[in-house]
Amino acid sequence: MTLLASPAVRMGISISIATGLYGVSFGALSVTSGLDFWQTMALSLLLFSGGSQFAFIGVVAGGGSGIAAMSAATLLGMRNGIYGMQLNALLHPTGWRRYVAAQLTIDESTATSSGQTDPAEQRRGFWAAGIGIYVLWNLFTAIGALAGSGLGDPKQWGLDGAAVAAFLGLLWPRLKGREPVAIAAVCAVATVIAVPFVPAGVPILVAAVVAAVIGWFSHGRRDEGLEPDVDPFRERHHHGAHRAGDTGPGAGK
Amino acid sequence: MSLWIWLLIACALAYAWKLVGYFVPARLLEDPRMSRVAGTMTIGLLASLTVVNTFATGQSLAADARLGALVAAAIALALRAPFLVVVLAGAGTAALLRILGWN
Repeated sequence: MTLLASPAVRMGISISIATGLYGVSFGALSVTSGLDFWQTMALSLLLFSGGSQFAFIGVVAGGGSGIAAMSAATLLGMRNGIYGMQLNALLHPTGWRRYVAAQLTIDESTATSSGQTDPAEQRRGFWAAGIGIYVLWNLFTAIGALAGSGLGDPKQWGLDGAAVAAFLGLLWPRLKGREPVAIAAVCAVATVIAVPFVPAGVPILVAAVVAAVIGWFSHGRRDEGLEPDVDPFRERHHHGAHRAGDTGPGAGK
Repeated sequence: MSLWIWLLIACALAYAWKLVGYFVPARLLEDPRMSRVAGTMTIGLLASLTVVNTFATGQSLAADARLGALVAAAIALALRAPFLVVVLAGAGTAALLRILGWN
């Protein structure tokens, strides 16, 4: 029970519940996008990065090719490499733990860990959030996938609208300040211009190139866009207290 | 079947990104440009995915019930609703607009 006395562990558990619940929407959307149950589970078990998973099914749902879906998911996963570097410097995992830690390296586990000041708490926060989210995310993906496959016509239930809302919800917490809003706007316009001229799925890659060029040649905040979808510290910032289960704007992973 | 192949490649590359951070010497990735590009690309991709899912049907653009879902989601996010509520607001609005006859 001493483990539960750790603030980092409690934060990890509450963020696991918040993020896990959002796995229901991923599971349901995935099976209505044309993936089967096991393809959906493979994404949650093996890929395990919410933004990339939504990108993959979003491209498939829009009629894009498998290679376009793979490319969008992979480009979105680049930030996990940056997180891995930060976590390696914080936690110094060795042996097999390194390989497990790598799989658990996502927005939320990184944010929970790097927000702690005590090295032991950083370690506990990472593993609590990482393992907790992994278990619940997969459990709720399965529930969502089973529920979604019984829904019939996804449009009748507005599930295409749910996908729109999910992507806006992932984008929202990253739009802090004028610069990220400008980047988002430029990429949105680039996408709209590209849609009629290139195959489905490719406009997203056009936007990625535009965003990469902006990032390469501009000098702004170094951690621009690297905010977690569910900010473990948001409660503290806004209310001075942490309440389990309250996920805040843009909750997700 | 080919979807499975691209799906598994995506999974392998996602894990590769994650591992890179743990095994590449820190100074290589410490180039602030790498962090910047990872961040701006995350914003750009999510903005693009939002737009595509709202307006695109294959290679054509349309303003249909999904636009209502976008507005509803933005309102829910501005009101600091939890993610699941945001998603439900988008789905509910699109479904309602279709019942009202706006495709």
